[in-house]
Amino acid sequence: MSTLFTRRKVLTGMGMLGLGLLAGCDNSPKLNFKYGKDLSDKIMGRTFKLKNTDGETVTLSSFRGLMPVVFFGFTQCPAVCPTTLARMAQAKKLMGRDGKIMQVVFITLDPERDTPKILDAYVKAFDPSFEALYGTPEEIAVAAKEFGIFYEKIPAGDSYTLSHTATSFVFDTRGTLRLGLSASLNAKECAEDLLTVMEVC
Amino acid sequence: MTAVQHLKRIALGLSLLGLAAHASAQAVVTDAWVRASVPGQPSSGAFMTVTADTDSKLLSVASPIAKTVQIHEMTMKDDVMRMGPVDSVPLPAGKAVKLDPDGYHVMLIDLSAQIKEGDQVPLTVTVENAKGEKQSIEVKAEARALNAMETMDHSKMH
Repeated sequence: MSTLFTRRKVLTGMGMLGLGLLAGCDNSPKLNFKYGKDLSDKIMGRTFKLKNTDGETVTLSSFRGLMPVVFFGFTQCPAVCPTTLARMAQAKKLMGRDGKIMQVVFITLDPERDTPKILDAYVKAFDPSFEALYGTPEEIAVAAKEFGIFYEKIPAGDSYTLSHTATSFVFDTRGTLRLGLSASLNAKECAEDLLTVMEVC
Repeated sequence: MTAVQHLKRIALGLSLLGLAAHASAQAVVTDAWVRASVPGQPSSGAFMTVTADTDSKLLSVASPIAKTVQIHEMTMKDDVMRMGPVDSVPLPAGKAVKLDPDGYHVMLIDLSAQIKEGDQVPLTVTVENAKGEKQSIEVKAEARALNAMETMDHSKMH
């Protein structure tokens, strides 16, 4: 664990964990996040069906037992996508052993240009555990709609770029949507809120 | 005055002239970097700080490694990231204008090859002052890892 978490914080955390064990863990319908938005009462992203870079069909239940962090983007995105993925890789490290449960899922909004090969190399450049999903433009549109993702193509020369929602969606290990992380948060803030999601059982 | 002294004076004069010529440059580019790409990824971003000594604008950027180079602006509203090309970037006199992943940036589109970490990518930055005089600045931008984090602390933004 990094020096970012002081000894006192670690001790407090352990104390809280102890209390949690005594009181039974938190399974309340709402969670208190310090930085992100509680999405516990939102029904979103439950039925997406896409393919991973090995060509296997993936649904939310494929991540049972893990804490999926879903982010929509595209590999030719110069700013918010690499920043978000780098921040998630850093948050995972900050979470120490707990970070193993976190599963970053990058869903491409640009399936015409993001081939499985490019997607796989791209997400793995941030962390070897990260997974990328793709589908037909229609399948992507359905998945994006389920998460309330806005995206549109912006012409750029002979090519195009994309505008899109930059929120990361976090599910607990039982597949209940819990948290929305804004692109403006830093790795430490994300890690703190992600640990709150892990208190749910 | 001896001949040596005379020569020294000429030398000093010439070096001062050199400094003056340098100081008359309207703009300087610092901290230029590009983000490395993965094989097959057709575009990437370039970032830098541009400081002009008189009110000017950043007109364009060119690079031999990309077929098309454009200046884009990224804006965030309600956690929606919006992207689009701009005609130019205003460079107010004396202000260090940052092209970083949180605002304006340069898009390198249709890359001729993969950009690898540590590569020195040549960029030609064109700045125009209020009189319409153009200046081209050649820089070498170092390629940073795809997962390079910004030095900026996002928590201070709000």
